[in-house]
Amino acid sequence: MSDLLDIADAVVAQARDDEQLEAYVGRSTDTQVRVYQGEVEQLAVADSLGVGVRIVHEGRQGFAYCGTFDSEALAETVSEARDNAAFGEPDEAAGLAEPDGVEPADLDLWRPGLAEVATDRKVALALELERTLLAADPRITGVESCDYGDSLGETAVVTTTGIRRSSRVTGCELVAYSLAGDEDETQTGFGFSLGRDVDELDVEAAAGDAADRALRMLGAIQPPSGRLTVVLDPWVTAQLMGIVAGTLGAEEVIKARSLFAGREGEQVAAPFVTLVEDPTDARSWGASPVDAEGLATRRVPLIEAGELRGFVHSTWTARRMGTRSTGSAVRAGFKSTPTAGCRAVALTPGDRDAAALLADVGDGVLVQEVSGLHSGVNPISGDFSTGAQGLRIRGGALAEPLREFTIASTIQRLLHDLVAVGSDLTWLPMSAAGMTLVVGDVAVSGA
Amino acid sequence: MLDESVIQRTLATALRTGGDFAEVFVEDKRSSAAMLDDGRVEELSSGRDRGAGIRVVVGETTGFAHTADLSDDGLRAAAEAAAAAARSGDGGVREVALTRQSGVRPNRVGVLPETVAKGTKVELLRRADEAARAEGGSIRQVRARYGDSRRRILVANSDGLLSEDDQVRTLFVVSTVAFGDTGMQTGYESLGRTVGFELFDRYQVEDIARTAARRAVTKLAARPAPSGTLPVVIGPGGGGVLFHEACGHGLEKDLVDKGASVFKGRLGQQVASPLVTLVDDGTMAEEWGHYAIDDEGAPARRNVLIQDGVLTDYMWDHLRSRKDGRPRSGNGRRQSYQHLPMVRMTNTYLVGGDGEPAGIVSSTDHGVYVAALGGGQVNTATGDFVFGMTEAYLIENGEITEPIREGNLIGNGPKVLVDIDAVGNDFAMGHPGTCGKDGQGVPVGDGVPTLRVKALTVGGTAA
Repeated sequence: MSDLLDIADAVVAQARDDEQLEAYVGRSTDTQVRVYQGEVEQLAVADSLGVGVRIVHEGRQGFAYCGTFDSEALAETVSEARDNAAFGEPDEAAGLAEPDGVEPADLDLWRPGLAEVATDRKVALALELERTLLAADPRITGVESCDYGDSLGETAVVTTTGIRRSSRVTGCELVAYSLAGDEDETQTGFGFSLGRDVDELDVEAAAGDAADRALRMLGAIQPPSGRLTVVLDPWVTAQLMGIVAGTLGAEEVIKARSLFAGREGEQVAAPFVTLVEDPTDARSWGASPVDAEGLATRRVPLIEAGELRGFVHSTWTARRMGTRSTGSAVRAGFKSTPTAGCRAVALTPGDRDAAALLADVGDGVLVQEVSGLHSGVNPISGDFSTGAQGLRIRGGALAEPLREFTIASTIQRLLHDLVAVGSDLTWLPMSAAGMTLVVGDVAVSGA
Repeated sequence: MLDESVIQRTLATALRTGGDFAEVFVEDKRSSAAMLDDGRVEELSSGRDRGAGIRVVVGETTGFAHTADLSDDGLRAAAEAAAAAARSGDGGVREVALTRQSGVRPNRVGVLPETVAKGTKVELLRRADEAARAEGGSIRQVRARYGDSRRRILVANSDGLLSEDDQVRTLFVVSTVAFGDTGMQTGYESLGRTVGFELFDRYQVEDIARTAARRAVTKLAARPAPSGTLPVVIGPGGGGVLFHEACGHGLEKDLVDKGASVFKGRLGQQVASPLVTLVDDGTMAEEWGHYAIDDEGAPARRNVLIQDGVLTDYMWDHLRSRKDGRPRSGNGRRQSYQHLPMVRMTNTYLVGGDGEPAGIVSSTDHGVYVAALGGGQVNTATGDFVFGMTEAYLIENGEITEPIREGNLIGNGPKVLVDIDAVGNDFAMGHPGTCGKDGQGVPVGDGVPTLRVKALTVGGTAA
């Protein structure tokens, strides 16, 4: 770990007196195993590493990266970033993060044991997942993919402004996509299990989900169009909340791209809705003690009792809006510059579980999967339309499976049309947690 | 990029434990980007990724490792790791004689972007910003992005293949936000080609900017999209993503072999309307999905997938074509040296027909006209797919009338192919796209003439 800080230090030492320089160093060791029909189909073991260099000079920012720790390449990257900075236009708010006195949370995200797990055991887990899935039901005809994956990731950020922090995290997963059906019909489903270490992985749960989600779609038909109450599976809720969280980044607000700009204090959601960003909750798969600029992450209330409380900030957005960073800088690895974003949002759970919510709904549609979130959801206009599959709800219970339909509304309306938040909080591998969510009066388009 | 003797030693190491096949893929990619947002040139960035991916195949198992260290030692370590991952036995020493492929035409580049002054690239951004804002006071925000990349690759394998390519791509993207009584709307337009900076001699960034601005302004007056099943007319150039999703992915042989495609076992059958001839063509010079060789060293090819509605072929990578004993189709691609190759599309397009575009619209009583599609997504096993409409209008009494808001359309691939009842004579290539599969993104192109699907489900909110 300290070697990443050393590398960052060496880069920062190349800064000139009149410039700010940030070195963001990343390294991950990943193993990917894919099995098929009882054999290893692919096995990849790899280290990925690199450094991103940000230089701010007289309010102008430049950036460059390289995918190596080679010192000659790093020196070239520094001079490239410096050269790039000459072409930006000055911005008074430009600048790197400075220590703000907030100590990072002590989170237990690193399990050194993962590095010691033998490849054979990883292969065995993937094979066991495939066997368990195929044995789950005679109608399971095969797997589209059945994977074990793990990653040990480390990052370090050092700046000339006094930031010097690192963090590291381990994670592993089992993921299967199943095929179910017969000659006339195929349906698919997925299941997964996540852990910080392999001991936390649950083969039965992953296989069971992958089987159930495909099997219950057999015989699916296209529903007629109409307006219905929609119940979102936790997986779908998490994707929806990820989109909502995306509109609450302060950069979007500053640049007039957020539909919530200027609406602090307004009722933007149903009165029982509370949404919090909290990367210091170690249960979240997006948890991290440190943000992408090296500041401590912290709990940020976004929506409380339906009222918009605020936005997540990076150093730049905070300076522009005259406030303090919320430790919410995020970046897509060493190849990109930071922006303000969420890592770990969650709705505050309600007190009723999925079965109770279905009974309350009586008549509606359970959506278990959505598609085309990138093509039919516009987080700026708020237009929301996704492909969907799921099950009809009749008499408060799950009924026939449905496919080839869409659900549509706007993000603004969806938040007001929320009817209930389930108690079944589930941590998922994305920037938002999931739970069952009930939304009234949604346009369902089908036949 | 690498000495032949180093490549030979690396392949020999990879095969030392008995692999059936070994491959070295070397990549040296430089990219640069410049972004203007909120009226200000925010940042220039540049990056370099250089390394090698090594795979070893033993029976049905592929072992893979990659390294950013291209020294003899670095490559040997990666080769040993790949061989160990493939869990092979003892294969003794095998020497590989390499034959450099000739006659592979690299892509044409007039002006290498790395030779262009950064200030010249920045100036394009300012011109675009100004042109977009000149489209009217409702334009509230403009983001313009310039990007270029030069990707040099070398592929060598134990069959003796040695081949190289030098792929240069240049991209310009403008997105806008317009503000009105109905809230905010967005517009987007992009230009990308597998060429150098001469792109901007042929195309004016002001045109890109104005189109992006016009799209946003138009949508301020848009009505909610209809909800339900309607005839859908797709305009020229805008709709290749329909075929990319409706059947393109389902014709990738890796998915077919796993039973994860509705097109499995349908070769030689009528799978589409006789109006449909679908081609995937990596040789289309300058198009976004073009290259001289794929990422397994096979020359790009023009492959007819559907001829007059009959399924004629799938797309293949090296492993699948080797297994089935057939020529490679030039569709083995990977995002970078850190990834394994798999079957991917290149430039996928519907061949033009003889319909008059105006007639296709006027013979549609009530439906939707989609001028520009966004991305899409497909479940190849069920055939259900969605695609977004980013610029669309109602068709009423045979005429294109009011704009409608964004949304997804959903359909089932095999059914939609059969439901195509008109194909126009106005073929045009579409926009540069990035196709995602199994976590890897690669550049792809697409194209269509005006066409009509007689029934598609439009995912709007208006009854």
